[in-house]
Amino acid sequence: MGNLRDLGVTQQIGLLFVGLFGVLIAVTLYAFYRSFHTDHTQRLSAAQERFVRDLRAIWAGALLFWFAWASGPVGSTLLFGFVSFFALREFVTLTHTRRGDHRALLLAFFVVLPAQYVLLAERMFNAFTVFVPVYVFFALPVISALANDPFRFLERTAKIQWGITVCVYGMSHAPALLLLDLPNYAGRGAFLVLFLVVVVVAAQLAQEAASRRLRRRPVARAISRSFSWRAFGIGAATAGVAGLMLYWATPFKPIPAFAMGAVAGAAGTLGEFVMKALKRDAGVRNFRGTSRVTGAVGLLDRVAPLCFAAPVFFHSVRWYFGI
Amino acid sequence: MKLPEFAGLALAFVARLITGAQGHWYGTTPKAEQRIYFANHQSHFDWVLVWAALPRDLRAVTRPIAARDYWTSTPLKHWITREIFNAVYVSRERKDDEDPLEPLMEALRNGDSLVIFPEGTRGHAADPASFKSGLYALAQAFPDVQLIPAWIDNVQRVMPKGEVVPVPILCTVVFGAPIALGPGEDRRVFLDRARAAVIALRAVA
Repeated sequence: MGNLRDLGVTQQIGLLFVGLFGVLIAVTLYAFYRSFHTDHTQRLSAAQERFVRDLRAIWAGALLFWFAWASGPVGSTLLFGFVSFFALREFVTLTHTRRGDHRALLLAFFVVLPAQYVLLAERMFNAFTVFVPVYVFFALPVISALANDPFRFLERTAKIQWGITVCVYGMSHAPALLLLDLPNYAGRGAFLVLFLVVVVVAAQLAQEAASRRLRRRPVARAISRSFSWRAFGIGAATAGVAGLMLYWATPFKPIPAFAMGAVAGAAGTLGEFVMKALKRDAGVRNFRGTSRVTGAVGLLDRVAPLCFAAPVFFHSVRWYFGI
Repeated sequence: MKLPEFAGLALAFVARLITGAQGHWYGTTPKAEQRIYFANHQSHFDWVLVWAALPRDLRAVTRPIAARDYWTSTPLKHWITREIFNAVYVSRERKDDEDPLEPLMEALRNGDSLVIFPEGTRGHAADPASFKSGLYALAQAFPDVQLIPAWIDNVQRVMPKGEVVPVPILCTVVFGAPIALGPGEDRRVFLDRARAAVIALRAVA
């Protein structure tokens, strides 16, 4: 695969999208063909239904990714800004907020979110990485306290902080990869995003398959019946291998590509695990449309692993290149 | 496209952006039949939410009730309620020789659908307040018009009393199976049944 490194940027990116959409079209056609051979008088099995839903989500994600790349820095910033907005909207719907939180929520939606993405579009990466953990962390409880409602103050503020960190701070690191200027790697940020998405998805699929096969004792039964350390390890290792296979498209050498893939994949699956705990707390079995809880739309569910993996990956990349 | 139509689309888009404004239909479907939708009332936003949750072609024939003194007090308010929503104006102060429901009857005679909030005022309790008798009078005068209960979920969190900027939080509007006035049914019994039909939809929201 080494000679793939020698191609020009445009050629590589063209190859990337041809490959991505080629695989998707093949899978979709296969699913379409299969649908003629199933008995339509019966309802689809749960696994088939999940497959159709996941395939649709992957299509949406791939088109989003292509659009983000094709529309340049401003377009991708706007696009991911909206994804952040919808994810945060879903998160806030599922947490119990009180009247006193109104101003803090307005701050989160209409000041913090746009500001974070403006910092990103301006490529002010230093401010971008400290804005939420330092300044917002300070400003938000002040606004909340001014609302004059001490009831469960810490709990309420912490929930809003957490929502911002996951949905805005975490999410914004995915487009940040598009804008990162690495030495000898200008204009190829799309590969970093693809690398991240592929390793995160690979880790999740491998972990899911492993936990079905292995049937190990779950580590935290009350939160997830499928999460075990063995399956987690297999997921992270698979992510590493996926990273290794993609190394030609990245600025990394093979071994670091493996390590980066494993780290990002592990962060993604652990993020999903944490999200499961959150769902149990909110009383939702899954965010997807099958549940009738108001706000359970399914976007947060899908982007959460990325939200957790993106900052870890982003900072590992910056640290690796010392920028 | 004319300006009111465009403004209406823009408003519905903003309402959907902020609240999702999802309409769920249980026991009924969105059809172009003459209907009276009745719902719980918690916020100024309620009407916009019901309106945005309806399919676009039903919005044009579904009209809200607006207090004449407030909603005609400035040209902008008047324009919004008249041109975008095609509101039915009612006066709040009662005159002796005038039936306050007459404008509603007039709209129903024209074949329009209405959205009413039978509590009469915005409630802040968990359950809606007891229903006022207007719904009963309309049901009596127009037995062929379907009465559709609707539950608006979460809207009080979007814009609590006293705030002006809405927070983006997902809301749903659940439309339920139509109810009808039984032969010789007592006014209070019917109104309590209507209220129970609205509350029952909360479970599926």
